Amino acid sequence: MAILVDEGTRIIIQGITGREAAAAARDSLEYGARVVAGVTPGKGGTEVYGVPVFDAVRAALAAHPADAAVIAVPAPAAREAALEALENGLPLVVLLTERIPRRDVVAILARARELDARVVGPNCLGIISPGRSRAGIVGGRAADIGKAYRRGPVGVMSRSGGMTTEIANLLTQHGIGQSTCVSVGGDPIIGSTFVDLMPLFEQDQETRAVVIFGEPGGGAEEALADYIATRRPRLPVVAYIAGRFADEMPGVRFGHAGTIVEGERGSTRGKIAALRQAGVLVAEDFSDIVPLARRCLGAVDP
Amino acid sequence: MRLLEHEAKQILRARGFEIPRGALVRTADEIDYALATVPLPAMVKAQVPVGGRGKAGAVVQVADSTAARETIARLLGSSVRGYPVEGVLLEASLGVQREFYVGFTYDPGGKMALLLASAAGGVDVEARAQAVDERMVQRAADVRRELYGFEGREVAAGLGLEGRDLLGFASTLQRGWDSFLALDCTLLEINPLVLTAEGRFVVADVHLEVDDDALFRQDRLEKSYGIPRREASGRFPTALERQAAEIDALDHRGVAGRVIEFDGDLGLLIGGGGASLTAFDAIRRHGGRPANYSEVGGNPSVRKVAALTRLLLSQPRVARLAVIMNVVSNTRVDLVARGVITGILEAGRDPAATLAVFRVPGSWEEEGIKVLRRYGVRFSDRRVSIDEAARLAVAASRA
Repeated sequence: MAILVDEGTRIIIQGITGREAAAAARDSLEYGARVVAGVTPGKGGTEVYGVPVFDAVRAALAAHPADAAVIAVPAPAAREAALEALENGLPLVVLLTERIPRRDVVAILARARELDARVVGPNCLGIISPGRSRAGIVGGRAADIGKAYRRGPVGVMSRSGGMTTEIANLLTQHGIGQSTCVSVGGDPIIGSTFVDLMPLFEQDQETRAVVIFGEPGGGAEEALADYIATRRPRLPVVAYIAGRFADEMPGVRFGHAGTIVEGERGSTRGKIAALRQAGVLVAEDFSDIVPLARRCLGAVDP
Repeated sequence: MRLLEHEAKQILRARGFEIPRGALVRTADEIDYALATVPLPAMVKAQVPVGGRGKAGAVVQVADSTAARETIARLLGSSVRGYPVEGVLLEASLGVQREFYVGFTYDPGGKMALLLASAAGGVDVEARAQAVDERMVQRAADVRRELYGFEGREVAAGLGLEGRDLLGFASTLQRGWDSFLALDCTLLEINPLVLTAEGRFVVADVHLEVDDDALFRQDRLEKSYGIPRREASGRFPTALERQAAEIDALDHRGVAGRVIEFDGDLGLLIGGGGASLTAFDAIRRHGGRPANYSEVGGNPSVRKVAALTRLLLSQPRVARLAVIMNVVSNTRVDLVARGVITGILEAGRDPAATLAVFRVPGSWEEEGIKVLRRYGVRFSDRRVSIDEAARLAVAASRA
């Protein structure tokens, strides 16, 4: 079944005339995604790889109803682009843009909450349901997507965009396919955390296990551990948390948002302990994800 | 970007806050002027963008001008927790009636902004709040609007304030919230906010951080206040790290940098962010001794990759280089290959002998394989996992 995006999802791309966004439109179409329209103010009436471009989301939706917006506009324009999508009723906004000011991100998420809409990102590569659809740029060109991703029973959530494809590739190499893979974004404040997405995977009949990629900083993994410990979801979870060495270097900035780890808070060690305590299978080596995923898939009753 | 205390106070004063009488001293010949304008007793406070100054002996009370001169001279040019002290604030001591804590920040868990306030201001706020049983009042705040007067007064009442003090505290909160938004802060902490004997609220110390991602719209910091853009760093960078940062700044195409120096013999060109952490962990797990950490991604230019390669190899202790990235989608494998080969050749070394592993599968990998083959370098493809690549690299570096 997949979560968030499937073969029926109609997508508009805001900022479509930008170089990267245009390539993404072309590659998504080639992969089979239904990119129905694009929006770049001032470029209405033109087209990008056959996709009609409009000056405004409202006009785009009037001509081409859609279910999701992928936003690839520069950081200073991101808040307005997201609000435009939300105010025009789009229930899913995938914010690829990085380095959006925090105040703007919080404003976007507050509005989304009020409208009961979902935001994925910012600073993410998007969402892919292998064999069905892709919203964003995760996986790259169609041929490359095909090498790394295949359809199957494992849901993937990753704080690192690149590692989303790396995990999918690892699973695919060992014959294990993916239902939906979500690059949740590398910023401290994101629209959809691991905890936000777990219920969606739980409701998806096709997903029989979830693999997460975590990093130092923030409390996303700890929150997931809490969720699992209290709700006892039906889905087994496998985790790989990178950055063990970062624990040994307090005060040094790593990764996306330059996360500083102080003491136990946000440390890889702390995250692993919390997850294990909640019954999550934590991979010691990255490729251990495979045997652990197999164990989960074998253990779940069909 | 963290502002220095005196910078933050300068801005807050312009925004209507009261700050103590003070003078900034940057060189020895500025001491006389400072002593002429600031009444004693006073505090001498080293201006460094880091907390814990008091515990580090960088905040000192002085009762007379001799002590003031000595302390200022001693602190100027010293370093506090790795940061050179380029300025010292001489600040009149306040007659303190009460001390409060006021903070504005973002809560990632709640995806919202928070206002925090406590009647136990000062050092070790949380510990003291518990000790004297003073609550830390916490309240969500909407970044899309101002803080209403009644919201400020509710917080003040929650801290047990009454009458004029309640009104003064509430308007301080509103002013603080306005500043937090207007300056795109990720953190604005006034601690302590002093209620003086005369009943005035004064910002005795402040920790203000401006969102790095909002600096593009905060040019008044430099234009109006003369506050230069400061690179964020947890600690002072080494020479290698500084040079790597310069290389990364050569152009805006992707990232080839974020180097952190270690003392091993295996140079690492790894990426992107999550994969860098993963690869580094894997190298360590297999007993490798990294010479550095790095982050390569976003399709960096051949020039930057080559320059970074050369830089890493310029360290005498670096015998081999491991190039490990995740399956790349936005980065071109052939360009990374070109950059690495170019860098190795420019460093006067042989690619096949220098590369302990090259594991970068993904877009344009066919072309990348061709580039490497020309120099006799083996390409580890997507069937080789990141940790397997690390194992190979460590084994090769031992051979």
